[in-house]
Amino acid sequence: MRFEEPAISAQGLVKSFGDVRALDGVDLEAAPGTVLGVLGPNGAGKTTSVRVLTTLLEPDGGQARVAGLDVVKDAPRLRSRIGLAGQYAAVDENLTGIENLTMVGRLYGNKRAVAKRRAAELLERFSLSDAGSRPAKTYSGGMRRRLDLAAALVASPPVLFLDEPTTGLDPRSRIELWTAIEELVGEGTTVLLTTQYLEEADRLADRIAVIDHGHVIAEGTADELKARVGGLRVEVTLTHGAAAFAAMTALESMSDEPVRVDGPLVSVQVDERAGAIMEAARRLSQAGVGAEDIAVRRPTLDDVFLSLTGHATVEDQDVPELVEVAA
Amino acid sequence: MINDTLTLAERALVRLPRNPDMLLAFTVQPIMFVLLFAFVFGGAIETPGYGDYIDFLIPGMIVQQICFGGFATALGLAEDMTKGLIDRFRSLPTARASVLAGRTLADVATNLLSVAILLATGLVIGFRFDAGVPEILAGLGLLLLFGYAFSWIFALIGMSVSSPEAANGVGFTLIFPITFISSAFVPVASMPAGLEQVAEANPVSVVVDAIRALWLGGEMGNSLWLSVVWCFVLIAVFAPLAVRKYRMSASA
Repeated sequence: MRFEEPAISAQGLVKSFGDVRALDGVDLEAAPGTVLGVLGPNGAGKTTSVRVLTTLLEPDGGQARVAGLDVVKDAPRLRSRIGLAGQYAAVDENLTGIENLTMVGRLYGNKRAVAKRRAAELLERFSLSDAGSRPAKTYSGGMRRRLDLAAALVASPPVLFLDEPTTGLDPRSRIELWTAIEELVGEGTTVLLTTQYLEEADRLADRIAVIDHGHVIAEGTADELKARVGGLRVEVTLTHGAAAFAAMTALESMSDEPVRVDGPLVSVQVDERAGAIMEAARRLSQAGVGAEDIAVRRPTLDDVFLSLTGHATVEDQDVPELVEVAA
Repeated sequence: MINDTLTLAERALVRLPRNPDMLLAFTVQPIMFVLLFAFVFGGAIETPGYGDYIDFLIPGMIVQQICFGGFATALGLAEDMTKGLIDRFRSLPTARASVLAGRTLADVATNLLSVAILLATGLVIGFRFDAGVPEILAGLGLLLLFGYAFSWIFALIGMSVSSPEAANGVGFTLIFPITFISSAFVPVASMPAGLEQVAEANPVSVVVDAIRALWLGGEMGNSLWLSVVWCFVLIAVFAPLAVRKYRMSASA
């Protein structure tokens, strides 16, 4: 077997903007034909990482290679081997779908006829043929993202960077875009995908790098990351008015790990599924705490993020207040 | 580089008619200005040495319009910055200067359109050339060159501001005084001392004087070669500054 260089590899990337250290030693690696999910909240350094890897920004320190080329020294040659799409890369709203893709094709150095043919192919592939001769400003959000993705694919690049490709999309458009990305990976494209959505990383990514405050705080497959936060949890939904504190006291000796309370949800880690529900139910009824539902579930990437960073993925005001009590 | 520039120039021109505000600025607005100046101010302005204010006005008006021609570059670049298109272009194997060069080249075409509209309007209300075809064409060439030089000033503005609205504000605040403190609309001799010297030294005056000499006969003096020198100086100063700003904006 031939030794294969990773399609994307970065070591110790550093980038500062004034006093802000956006990247503080980022290491990333993706094998050819795989999807690397880069997961983190806003401002964690996801977009800056993408901008460095796509030659838009020169790093202050560290090094990175993409598709066998150095992102700084070989930047001009690298640009014909990568595609960039997502939140920030864009399409010209005053041009039609076909004009947008033809323009990009010609900027890759193709002749007009070749660029036009490729544009038509891509529109077909992304179900935009009917809208191809309409200005992009008439497109829905989902159509625009598909056109954006198509523009990134004009040169059939072996490595694709998708910066939060589904942020702001409705669920249906999101699933359509996921399917399109899965097809590309099936054809052998390497993808680096940044996202705030754990569900997205869980579905698409072979490996996930969790990034926070400019560096990678965990890396592995979704399962490995979930295993890191521990195994199964028994999750109890308390009846309205039931005392969370009483529930915590009742459950805390089930595990060495702390009991977690999140609104009416009280959960505790358990080693095995068998008997866990019964045991929890017994303890709760002894303590006189009413439960509406008791279930055993595997940890989600939300749990991973929470335990790694101490804060939730999306830093908005709606995140319920979390109380953690040491056992 | 040449192909990239042409592709991006074509893009700028294709999108222009789909942007009604911009199209209006290049067609209806100059006609309105000519009519307002010719008939509102015309009667009150003495232009010794010129048969009629309209003859005096048309070259000045065309030069002013040419100075505004680069607005499309400033607005377009500012828009591309805010909408992320600059990132897309940067991620492509495209010559770095071609994004700016394409825009400024497209301005040459829109400037030609503006000049044609203004000349047609002028001819309708009584403007007459007093020159042969070579002089008329030389004047046209000078106008396009001067417009191209101004497009690079606008390219720098477009790369320096944070939004299309800001580009608009900066552009107007800059271009109005530059074109009004000149020989474009009134003889500079009618201005107060001090201002008169500023107006005389203004490259807009130099170009307007050269166009008047070429199209209406009359004293050329130094104005033609001085105009050409001004154009090249402006390009030599502002094109590298704009390109540098474009390169630097990546790290911002």
